Amino acid sequence: MSSGVAVSLPRGVLPPRLSLFGISKRYGAMLANDAVALNVAPGEIHALLGENGAGKSTLMKIVYGVIAPDAGEIAWEGETVQVADPNAARALGIGMVFQHFSLFETLTVAENIALGLGSRQGLAALTAEIRRTAAQYGLAVEPGRHVHHLSVGERQRVEILRCLLQRPKLLIMDEPTSVLMPQEADGLFVMLRRLAAEGCSVLYISHKLEEIRALCTAATVLRAGRVVARCDPRVETAESLAEMMMGGALARTHRPPAHAAGAPCLVVNRLTLPAGEPFGTTLRGIALELRAGEILGIAGVAGNGQKELLAALAGERRSAPGAVLLEGRPVGALGPAARRARGLAFIPEERLGRGAVAEYSLAENALLTRVDGVTAPRGLLDMRAVNALAARLIARFGVRCSGIAAQGRSLSGGNMQKFIVGREIDAGPRVLLAAHPTWGVDIGAALAIRQDLMDLAAAGAGVLVVSEDLDELLEIADRIAVLSGGRLSPPMPVAEATVERIGLLMGGAERMVHAPAA
Amino acid sequence: MPGMPDAFALVALLVATLRAATPLLLAGFGELVAERAGVLNLGVEGMMLVGAAAGFIATASTGNPLLGLAVAALAGALMALLFGVLTLTLRANQVACGLALTIFGVGLSALIGLPWQGTPITGLATVIWPNLDAAGPLAQQFMLLDPVVWLALATPALVGAFLYRTRRGLVVRAVGESHDVAHALGYSVLRVRYAAVVFGGAMAGLAGAYLSLVYTPMWTENMVAGRGWIALALVVFSAWKPAWLALGAVLFGLVTIAQFHAGAFGLDVSPHLLSMLPYLATVVVLVLISRDATRLKLNAPAALGKPFGAAG
Amino acid sequence: MRLRLEARPAPSRAMLWLSPLLAALLAAVGGGVVFALLGHDPLVALGTLFLAPLSTLDGLTELGLKATPLLLCAIGIAVGVRANVWNIGAEGQLTMGAIAGGGIALAFGGEGRWWVLPLMLLAGAAGGAAWAAMPALLKTRFNAHEILTTLMLSYVAIQLLGWLVHGPWIDPEGFNFPQTRMFDDDALLPVLVEGSRLNAGFLLALLAVPLAWLLLSRTVTGFRLRTVGQAPEAARYAGFSATGAVWFSLVLSGALAGLAGVLEAAGPVGQLQPVMSPGYGFAAIIVAFMGRLHPFGILGASFLMALLYLGGEQLQVSLQLPIAVIGTIQGMLLFFLLGADVFIDQRLVVVRDARHA
Repeated sequence: MSSGVAVSLPRGVLPPRLSLFGISKRYGAMLANDAVALNVAPGEIHALLGENGAGKSTLMKIVYGVIAPDAGEIAWEGETVQVADPNAARALGIGMVFQHFSLFETLTVAENIALGLGSRQGLAALTAEIRRTAAQYGLAVEPGRHVHHLSVGERQRVEILRCLLQRPKLLIMDEPTSVLMPQEADGLFVMLRRLAAEGCSVLYISHKLEEIRALCTAATVLRAGRVVARCDPRVETAESLAEMMMGGALARTHRPPAHAAGAPCLVVNRLTLPAGEPFGTTLRGIALELRAGEILGIAGVAGNGQKELLAALAGERRSAPGAVLLEGRPVGALGPAARRARGLAFIPEERLGRGAVAEYSLAENALLTRVDGVTAPRGLLDMRAVNALAARLIARFGVRCSGIAAQGRSLSGGNMQKFIVGREIDAGPRVLLAAHPTWGVDIGAALAIRQDLMDLAAAGAGVLVVSEDLDELLEIADRIAVLSGGRLSPPMPVAEATVERIGLLMGGAERMVHAPAA
Repeated sequence: MPGMPDAFALVALLVATLRAATPLLLAGFGELVAERAGVLNLGVEGMMLVGAAAGFIATASTGNPLLGLAVAALAGALMALLFGVLTLTLRANQVACGLALTIFGVGLSALIGLPWQGTPITGLATVIWPNLDAAGPLAQQFMLLDPVVWLALATPALVGAFLYRTRRGLVVRAVGESHDVAHALGYSVLRVRYAAVVFGGAMAGLAGAYLSLVYTPMWTENMVAGRGWIALALVVFSAWKPAWLALGAVLFGLVTIAQFHAGAFGLDVSPHLLSMLPYLATVVVLVLISRDATRLKLNAPAALGKPFGAAG
Repeated sequence: MRLRLEARPAPSRAMLWLSPLLAALLAAVGGGVVFALLGHDPLVALGTLFLAPLSTLDGLTELGLKATPLLLCAIGIAVGVRANVWNIGAEGQLTMGAIAGGGIALAFGGEGRWWVLPLMLLAGAAGGAAWAAMPALLKTRFNAHEILTTLMLSYVAIQLLGWLVHGPWIDPEGFNFPQTRMFDDDALLPVLVEGSRLNAGFLLALLAVPLAWLLLSRTVTGFRLRTVGQAPEAARYAGFSATGAVWFSLVLSGALAGLAGVLEAAGPVGQLQPVMSPGYGFAAIIVAFMGRLHPFGILGASFLMALLYLGGEQLQVSLQLPIAVIGTIQGMLLFFLLGADVFIDQRLVVVRDARHA
């Protein structure tokens, strides 16, 4: 392949800031990127659109030099370049704001930014520059603070500042609004538009259609690692974008016929629990009532006490006996196994390492929460019963795997989650807790999992779903409450819940909920 | 001057304490840097032993203790490099490899040191200060300390300044905090960790050589006698903070000295029971310090002991 | 083009069992190099080390004798490591077992007292268990790491034994040698093969193998232990107690090491001496890993390690080689094993760099 001039252009026309040709990347059996091509013009806010697992993050990590492609070429302002590592990317003028893993918790804001800059500048001079740039773009942060004290939104501002201080010509943003409250997102958009007006290109990764239509001027759509469409999102509808993204009409969960909510099956009374670990959230006066037959959604930005609430409900953290009532009986002082024996099941957020053990076979993983008189009479394992249980779960919940001997780590995220969800539902719980049940799973599995949860509720169990995905909660929940700063708002019926109202609650505007809807 | 002997004894005790603390300071600060970079090397004892033996052999054959110290540092560094290849490049379990390094070091040092058991050497000369004779007897005791003690005493300040005042130090801390983030920002995690581990090995080698060249000075099998493990415990005790590590090392120097001087205090206790002191003190200190789990969690390098494997 | 480690889709079962063999082979080669450097014919030395002990009945019984403490200690260590509890103080627990059992022998030993020996075994196991219970308490109550505490307590135990045999328990008719009097016949283990030193303790150690396998593979207790070790978050989620796992594995491994200690005292040694073990407790760490932390694997590995000890003695006698050679080879063995183990979960692949293609 000829290098040097990678694209032929008419005279006088600026070359694209970034061009990708035939980028491919394989992970084991999965082709994460398959001959992807992409052009980003100067000053353009370009959306990279796709479902979870479509290959967006992989592609951006290749552009930023974090991972090396198996094949393909990158051109920067018309010249073929090698992006060997992130330093090379930054030297070109590429900045990236990551979705995860991007700041050092125990270091200060200024130290974090210093590490990202690679300059020899002293911390004092840098601090002054941070203040200046922060003021210029309206990004309020205090350079001397330690990152672990910052909110998620503030952390994102640190990351953006880290990029801006390098005067980037291309800013990559990976799902930036997934961690923000709705009103914070508006501020972000204002800043991005100003940046684009100054000539900086923005590559905006997202699967949220409305915000792409509002913000971006061009879009490239990825599906299963391949480019399936290019369009101007401003002239598309959310439906047409969704169809490009998913390759067909949007499948929907089937909501069982409406039913009257039953008796309370899980009640929490004024639960106050100090944070169990550094950087944790203290739960303050949590009160909730989950009724048999309903799905109660708990919305909120991560880090507002979700982990702590679930640990307290599941029994991983104990409280006063009466603080948690399961079907009327106090269980606050009981551990997870004892609560499980009383009809509580729990689908944790982390799949491998918590909900399942990566190195265990599916049979052993089935046993994890199902040690009982059938699988282990008198403390001795009945391997035949354990294997039968695993085989039943695989068949009943459509888990794609090589069999009951397959290791947990050999399954895709979606199939592992189907197995875990199935294991918990198959136990016949009276109450099911589910944390981010469809996070990071493919769309088919997500659909199946949501349907399973709705069917379980229809069968008379109480289901409590904690999720950051507001769309998901609005789709499956009967009532929604918001967790913010360790406090839980009173729940509202889903019919009365709007994005704006929930957004205000996420920001901690508790009293607003009692105000009559205007 | 009636007060004089007391002051003299006190200074003598202080000097002896500093000498006993020297190997702990050297090995401890080496391990501190390695752990701040996120690598748990439990092979300190083995690296010290190999350093002690190699340094002794080099000194006995050349008559040059400075060369002996250099050889010891090199030997410790090579041992650490071996550990690095296994745990960093091959991503083997750090705990198991650290134990293997110690077991290997015990055997190897015994083997290479065997012909040298009982060989006499000239130890390290003290720094030649001008006007030694003019100084008072108290000052003279300090002035007769050897250069390694001075180096060890400077180590806390040097390592502290490196970690908190330099950019490279910041990178070391960052790599120990999160190798994934450091990698994403373009830092070579492996290079930083190799450097930190090898530094730790060189310091451990030096610490071992101090025992065989200056402190004792002779070579006997297993002569490090658990000091490597105590140094490891001190790093935990310090919560990875240089000032606390320095304090801990001096404290343990004092405990070590106390067992030799028990007789002087009129205590008639079996030497076997007195020998238990440093080990029991280590356990006690560990208990006191580990009780506060939150504090440890907050201060421990978050990536400590975790293997790093970059994708792609 | 360069080499890169890549995760295998599933661990290689072949490498799982090939790895120890490969490590043994590499350690033999490494040992040969050491012998050559020491000025000996490597083949003669390796023959003396590995083959000579196996050629006589006497050698075989000695092999079983030396494998006994290694096997007991290694099984305990392996159960612990499976639960991510690192008991590296088996040497000290072995010493405490010898002290406790030996104390019984010295206190109650006499003619016709059949109950002394069983009581000694119980006391030995209890002594080791009690010594290991201290790190368990310190870990669960005060969060102090067991690697350091078990090891520190080993040094303490060894000093304690030194104090006893130099002081209160010294044989009054022993010309001031630091050792106790010889145990009475009823306080000694019955010999299995006439004319050899192989005793009934060997059978106890063999019995521990299937029991440990049953525990780890077929009981809820074992499943809980493994889960706590493999994925602590998953164990917490499932409601398996990490505290329980620490106590169980430390007390069990301490009891096994203590039993090994009293078997030494009541077997080949027949009294208490300042050193009851040539490092069996530490070598057992290597045995546990060589045996894949699996009871039946450990059975094989303990014989290999026993052979190393026995061959080392032969080397000392016939070639005047220092016993320290054995320590070096032990260290190499563990190194090569850990290095080779990497290829159980990973494989080397040749990658062609796309950007330079």
